Amino acid sequence: MISSRERSIGLRQARAQRELRNRKDSAFAIVGLVATLVGIVMLAVLLIDIAQDGLGALSWTFLTSFPSRFPDQAGILSALAGTLWVITLTAAFAFPVGVAAAVYLEEYAARTWFSSIIQTNINNLAGVPSIVYGLLGLGLFVRMLQLERSVLAGGLTMALLVLPIIIIASQEAIRAVPPSFREAAYGLGATKFQTTWLIVFPSALSGILTGTILALSRAIGETAPLITIGALTFIAFLPDGLKSPFTVLPIQIFNWISRPQAAFHEKAAAGIIVLLVVLLAMNAAAILLRNKYQRRVEW
Amino acid sequence: MIGEGAVSPASAREVIPLGVRRRPLRKFGEGLAKVFLLICASGSVLTTLGIVAVLIFETIEFFQEVSILEFVTNPQWTPLFSVKNFGIAPLLTGTVLVTGGAMLIALPVGLVSAIYLSEYAADRLRRILKPLLEILAGIPTVVYGYFALLFISPLLRKIFPDAQVFNAASASIVMGVMIIPLVSSLSEDAMVAVPRSLREAAYALGATRMEVATRVVAPAALSGIVAAFILAISRAVGETMIVAIAAGQQPKLTLNPLESIETMTAYIVQVSLGDVPVGTIEFKTIFAVGMTLFLMTLLLNMVSQRVIHRFREAYE
Repeated sequence: MISSRERSIGLRQARAQRELRNRKDSAFAIVGLVATLVGIVMLAVLLIDIAQDGLGALSWTFLTSFPSRFPDQAGILSALAGTLWVITLTAAFAFPVGVAAAVYLEEYAARTWFSSIIQTNINNLAGVPSIVYGLLGLGLFVRMLQLERSVLAGGLTMALLVLPIIIIASQEAIRAVPPSFREAAYGLGATKFQTTWLIVFPSALSGILTGTILALSRAIGETAPLITIGALTFIAFLPDGLKSPFTVLPIQIFNWISRPQAAFHEKAAAGIIVLLVVLLAMNAAAILLRNKYQRRVEW
Repeated sequence: MIGEGAVSPASAREVIPLGVRRRPLRKFGEGLAKVFLLICASGSVLTTLGIVAVLIFETIEFFQEVSILEFVTNPQWTPLFSVKNFGIAPLLTGTVLVTGGAMLIALPVGLVSAIYLSEYAADRLRRILKPLLEILAGIPTVVYGYFALLFISPLLRKIFPDAQVFNAASASIVMGVMIIPLVSSLSEDAMVAVPRSLREAAYALGATRMEVATRVVAPAALSGIVAAFILAISRAVGETMIVAIAAGQQPKLTLNPLESIETMTAYIVQVSLGDVPVGTIEFKTIFAVGMTLFLMTLLLNMVSQRVIHRFREAYE
């Protein structure tokens, strides 16, 4: 028999315990929110810090001047041109090859050991550090194919770097095209290639483009592989062909950070602002594409 | 080569008279397209072979001049000095030191934030917080390098006056923050995949949200979380620009995060920026270091994929 006094003590203990558990729960909710905000607050601090350092150095002359030994004259014209060259070449190589590879893996490949090797390999490649791609570019393009430290070597190296990202994104876009589309095409007598080229590819195109833009924006921010293949840090002319030496925006920024004078650090911050604006524009384009695509999807 | 994957197109074509006449040409075209696509897909395998071939080729040349024993056991790394030592250990400890520090931040913060986003946050808040967090992952690493050297390091030196300008800690802190979204979003994916019924069962027994999250959801998603952790480590090991800018260029056997050190990746950048002639032993060192780096990250990535496949808790 439990006396009523004993029972009320038991109840009180249970209630106290429940209270404690609830309090722990609320505390954890706060800890979780704080943990999530750590990164976001850091992002805000970073952006404010860079804006403070760099906005003053940002001007039209900054965008249209070549780098210089004198910080007040230094600009990013050659770096902007180099970035444009490299990214155009990267897109020209990586987009067709990446999409073709994705089409093969999704539409053509039987589930054989070979296609599974390719798939595993692509997933592994996406995890290789970017600087290792730089070593590949140095050994393969710069030395073996004797492309020297040219924009062509830079574009090819970057193309290899973003290829796995484009393939994986394109595969997802192609997989999202409903099988009924293909069946309808086959039903009308289309061949496999006709179905793929005229039906599947156009339906997946906006998804593919979104993935490609994101992959290219990754390439725009990459520094290490291009340093490894020997892109120069001081270029006072514009690239005039595939064989031309070059520098890119992140390398120019890196160069300015590495100098001891604070005036160059301001230039670096201004360069970072330009870089972030370019990336923001590309991401906005990707988001717009995705929204348009999502609205059209009613299958 | 010309054979079709699916049965339906072949039989569908039989009924179209026009197609019958053009069939040989069409079949040739179809085969050609398939071969072209196959070649493009093989490009990825060729990339891997290229990486391995370049690294092996130069690394073998390196080891013809430097014994593997010295590479592994010598406690000094001074290939650019007149008295040359080729021990990878200082670069390895540098890498481990920075990676370890970054993980001290990224793993707990990323995991707790994943739990918060998947179990606590209201849907509307989640839709604001997640994209904001993911911006962090899209910022170029050279920008983080700037922040580490010119913001975090001076701050750190105010708190610890004996910290050097270039130090492992400021690189670690910034790298840790950079990797938070990777840990958070991969762990969250794993936790979202845990079936609702498990949570509901626990709630029905009177568990609080925290108990559900830490004793039911997290254990059930453990394989995904561990895989996310390993990928985060691999990412930190291969990270280059932050350490090249902020951690220094002094290969040292130290575990003091306030000192200037050098990681494997930063060494490759240092040599690439200098005027080291092609074919010299100094030049070959970057491939030997690159090989070590490649093997480490490859191993980590493979372990992470294995963890997902072997230890997945399968429901249904």
